[in-house]
Amino acid sequence: MSDKQVELNEHGHELLAWSDDSRHDVDEADHYVLMADAIRDLLIEKGVIKAGDVREQLEFMDSRSEDMGARIVARAWANPDFKERLLANGTEAIKEFDIPMLDAELVVVENTNEFHNMVVCTLCSCYPRTILGMPPDWYKSKTYRSRSVNEPRAVLKEFGTDLADDVAVRVHDSNADMRYLVLPLRPEGTDGWSEPELAKLVSRDSMIGVSPATEPATEPET
Amino acid sequence: MTGEPLTDPIFKTGDQVRIHDSNPPGHRRTPDYIKGKIGVIERYCGAFVNPEESAYGFDGLPKKHLYRVRFDQTHIWDKYDGNASDTLDLEMYEHWLRPINAAAPEPRKAIVQ
Repeated sequence: MSDKQVELNEHGHELLAWSDDSRHDVDEADHYVLMADAIRDLLIEKGVIKAGDVREQLEFMDSRSEDMGARIVARAWANPDFKERLLANGTEAIKEFDIPMLDAELVVVENTNEFHNMVVCTLCSCYPRTILGMPPDWYKSKTYRSRSVNEPRAVLKEFGTDLADDVAVRVHDSNADMRYLVLPLRPEGTDGWSEPELAKLVSRDSMIGVSPATEPATEPET
Repeated sequence: MTGEPLTDPIFKTGDQVRIHDSNPPGHRRTPDYIKGKIGVIERYCGAFVNPEESAYGFDGLPKKHLYRVRFDQTHIWDKYDGNASDTLDLEMYEHWLRPINAAAPEPRKAIVQ
């Protein structure tokens, strides 16, 4: 039907067709998309992986979300034994949730009235993806990655988190094989709440450490 | 060949260490801002594949000991504007760590079976 010229690469594969003006709008991101696609095609062609492997991995990663982290935090708030195990060895403790850590180890850091923890990956975008899903764009931005290590209080303030001077900030640069989950302070007025009720107060950002957990409404939602 | 480290961990929690100040080419997991700085071992994390090798298709074995090291923010940044007790932790492979006050790297002790 179309008289569009189909361009083929040297392997006889059709080149990616973008929108009509894509040729005028090639930016760095497009370059890396193209590189990633080319590497994937080569790996498939050479039998290292199958096309289905890529799809399965994408499906798995897309199935992850901060709900996993919220369930972990809620259990730690409700169950002191679990909290102790979680802080001692995060990787082992979360096995009861059947959440894999893949190749990384989990370190859980606890916010208290004396310490506030926040997580960054200055070198790239390391993030506990199996627990929190994909990282937000700001977490991957050069601005957050550079500023949160040398002016964490200013960054926190911009997120609306104004810390008292006597609270020490502990920044964790996730630069190697550990992944970090912040255990936020449990909000007041939640005594006796069930784990599912508590989990609703646990936001993604509170587990990265840029905000506190959500304050409860006067009555728990049921 | 299990790929486990050839030596026991050199450092333990509480030891003071200096981060080796070096800029070798290639893939490194040591950010520039921490090079030459002095911190304290917060914990030993275990042994992991060496990313400086695995980044180039080698197996990264034997594994390298990894530690979490804690630094005072006021020590890292000249003009740090915050609490004197603010800290920064990051993960360092053993070959980037130097015992404090040591002019040169200490020779590695082989494990005697």
